Amino acid sequence: MHVIEMRNITKEFPGIIANDDITLQLKRNEIHALLGENGAGKSTLMSVLFGLYKQEKGKIFKDEKEVIISGPGDANRLGIGMVHQHFKLVHNFTVLENIVLGVETTKNGILQMKEAREKVLALSKRYGFDIDIDKEIRHISVGMQQRVEILKMLYRDNEILIFDEPTAVLTPQEIDALMKTMKEMAAEGKSILFITHKLDEIKQVADRCSVLRKGKMIGTVDVTGTSKEELSEMMVGRKVFLTLDKEEAKIGDTILKVRDLVLKSKEGKDKLKNISFDVKAGEILCIAGIEGNGQTDLVYALTGLSSFDSGTVNMDSTDITRAKIRKRTELGIAHIPEDRHKHGLVLDYTLAQNTILQTYYTKDFQSGRFLKKKSILNYARKLIDRFDIRSGEGAETPSRSMSGGNQQKVILAREIDRDPKLLIAVQPTRGLDVGAIEYIHKQLLAQRDSGKAVLLVSLELEEVMNVSDRILVMYEGEIVADVDPKQVTFQELGLYMSGAKRDEVSVYE
Amino acid sequence: MNRDGLLSFLSSVLVIIIGLLIGFIVLLATNAQQAWPAFQTILTFGMRSMRNIGDVLLHATPIILTGLSVAFAFKTGLFNIGASGQFMFGGFVAIVISIHGVSMPPAVRIPVAIIAAALAGALWAGLPGLLKAYRNVHEVISSIMTNYIAMFFIVYMIQSNESIFNRGLSTSAHLPESSNLPRLFFPDIFRDALGAGFVSSRVNIGIIIAIVVAVLVYIILEKTTFGYELKACGFNPDAAMYAGINQKRNIIFSMMISGSLAGIAGALNFMRGGGVGIGIIEVLPVEGFTGISVAFLGLNHPIGIIFSGIFISYMQLGGGRLSTYGFSSELVETVIAVIIYFCAFVFITKSLIGRFIKKKERGI
Repeated sequence: MHVIEMRNITKEFPGIIANDDITLQLKRNEIHALLGENGAGKSTLMSVLFGLYKQEKGKIFKDEKEVIISGPGDANRLGIGMVHQHFKLVHNFTVLENIVLGVETTKNGILQMKEAREKVLALSKRYGFDIDIDKEIRHISVGMQQRVEILKMLYRDNEILIFDEPTAVLTPQEIDALMKTMKEMAAEGKSILFITHKLDEIKQVADRCSVLRKGKMIGTVDVTGTSKEELSEMMVGRKVFLTLDKEEAKIGDTILKVRDLVLKSKEGKDKLKNISFDVKAGEILCIAGIEGNGQTDLVYALTGLSSFDSGTVNMDSTDITRAKIRKRTELGIAHIPEDRHKHGLVLDYTLAQNTILQTYYTKDFQSGRFLKKKSILNYARKLIDRFDIRSGEGAETPSRSMSGGNQQKVILAREIDRDPKLLIAVQPTRGLDVGAIEYIHKQLLAQRDSGKAVLLVSLELEEVMNVSDRILVMYEGEIVADVDPKQVTFQELGLYMSGAKRDEVSVYE
Repeated sequence: MNRDGLLSFLSSVLVIIIGLLIGFIVLLATNAQQAWPAFQTILTFGMRSMRNIGDVLLHATPIILTGLSVAFAFKTGLFNIGASGQFMFGGFVAIVISIHGVSMPPAVRIPVAIIAAALAGALWAGLPGLLKAYRNVHEVISSIMTNYIAMFFIVYMIQSNESIFNRGLSTSAHLPESSNLPRLFFPDIFRDALGAGFVSSRVNIGIIIAIVVAVLVYIILEKTTFGYELKACGFNPDAAMYAGINQKRNIIFSMMISGSLAGIAGALNFMRGGGVGIGIIEVLPVEGFTGISVAFLGLNHPIGIIFSGIFISYMQLGGGRLSTYGFSSELVETVIAVIIYFCAFVFITKSLIGRFIKKKERGI
């Protein structure tokens, strides 16, 4: 007996078949993962189920009876709830107000919040959510906001819960808590559909897994009998090497020397506390840590995006403590920023215009104050070939219309092709699929092997362990560990990251 | 024309039609019998004679330039609502030089007056630019204030200097004929027969200057590294900072160039002769605000702005005739304002049309 069955669903967009004759069956009480690369059609399929898109062909059954879902309202009445990747919350409403929004109980037009409050409190307690329901959304963390979204579904007594990439925004600890909650909800009779492209999470919670590739259903498998390698092969369509083959690092001279960086917030809280470290040529130094422990401030300080209170930064033998961003770029610092839409790209510019973001004024691209359009286009075409960037209209594609993975490739291509001495990569694989992650890791290693210094800031433990030659762990603005990935375990790193363990770290001259 | 260009053109035409329809409804509601002939006048008056065509171009000149002023700042992410004040400052400086600079031959005096007006506009717009760059004061707030400062200061200066004051008309003094902009061969083309002779439009070299400036603005924005920097700052200030572009400098430059365009608009407006001058009234010149509609209707594209400026001037000229059909002058202003107002909706219609076409393609 299937609680939901989507039978032969086809959904087309101009020029692309997003879902091609897909059949998906969800059993009661199961956690069913939906795995696929970006653009495989997972979100489209779930949007059809939630009534956001109308399929061209195919039928949907709830408890073996055919249903027509023409909007989220219909889905809600059928007990289907969804946590979107980008939360749908009112920021200046409290948690409680957000939960009841749309299903408020009223008496003579006056809100009756007492019953709602009790029900929400009971639900929150049952799942151990530890949430202050009178706080405004803008004052709570992203992890808490997700719990509000979950409470919204539970409050409406939804029994089919859809999660669209729920872990993309969470810290490792929050991910663990979410996994636990999902298991509890399944045990209490809910059925869960879980969109992801992270294999670990599937192994951890899912009972069954359906794999989509380029809009087609590749198959549904039992998770216990399937290895991660098999899952990723189904997803990508070829063998994927989850562990990188890498040679011994050939470590050279010190490229970047950071000493006693201090940054205090306006309230006098330490944001960066006596940070000192070196990055050497030919090594990948990784800064690990839970989001918000000072990594962003550190990167901003090193790249010049914002200033700090005291300390020094040296590149080779040049003091760049107070240097302008352009000076740092010219000295050979490349920067793959954390937020590719905020810093990395001008989305209203074309692909070609974005490839010259830091070099537009050099003699290659400028002559007498005028841009050399031909050279710029040729340069962009060269990068497109070399880095296999896919885009609709070649060099003149508007950047906004490109996929996230290809946008990231543009940034990577631009930064690497400048032939930097130091590459600072901040979460370079965030939100990308396995194929793209593999590609970016290989490029980082290639940079290392050609004698560049690489500083990688990452929240993904797997990435940290796989790619780096040395790991620094940051906790509350401090470096609390300097370890060798070959001699440290995931558990130990977790302890450092959560502040449960710390070493005295010092730099020897 | 590429797809985006076609879409832009279609959406501009659509807002014009909607604006005209609503203007027509207003006319119908106030005086149904006269509405149709009055509406016909709006539509056709601007091309009923060569002189009228000349007048359309004459009045298009300042608003093309204020339109360019607004659009230029907009490309850098700045909303220069201070074009009125910069326009007035430019005009004032041009008037002073035209009257006091008679020792210079006209061939020197006129260019000097226009260049000085551009500088005055640039300096006046540089002030909000500086405040924005170094103190993060929003340019809309500060340029509204500089508008009023400019207006009151200039009214005071004119009133207190007999040499530039025409007490009888309560305006700035008339310029010497030799300071008026050359009219080239235009009087022989843009003229109507009147009795035994002719009466010509005052259209002059200004319209050519406006078109040349529009082309220059296009080149700066699209072809130079400076334009590349400016637009990067406008589209995404964070990415511009990441790229090492000096944003403070670009904000100030962008405001100053924008202000200089409005300043030139002021000079060309008050140097056209025919008794036009700065009035001793406490009202901001409308050319600055009309510039916002001109810029939007032209979708902030310098070449589009030439056409939108001419179009809005055409509407204003025809609309001005409505009083002959018994419509009150306030209503005339309302109808023109409705049409111009709808022009500001052009971006919304553009995205709506875009979505509509996409849906059609999807076959829904």
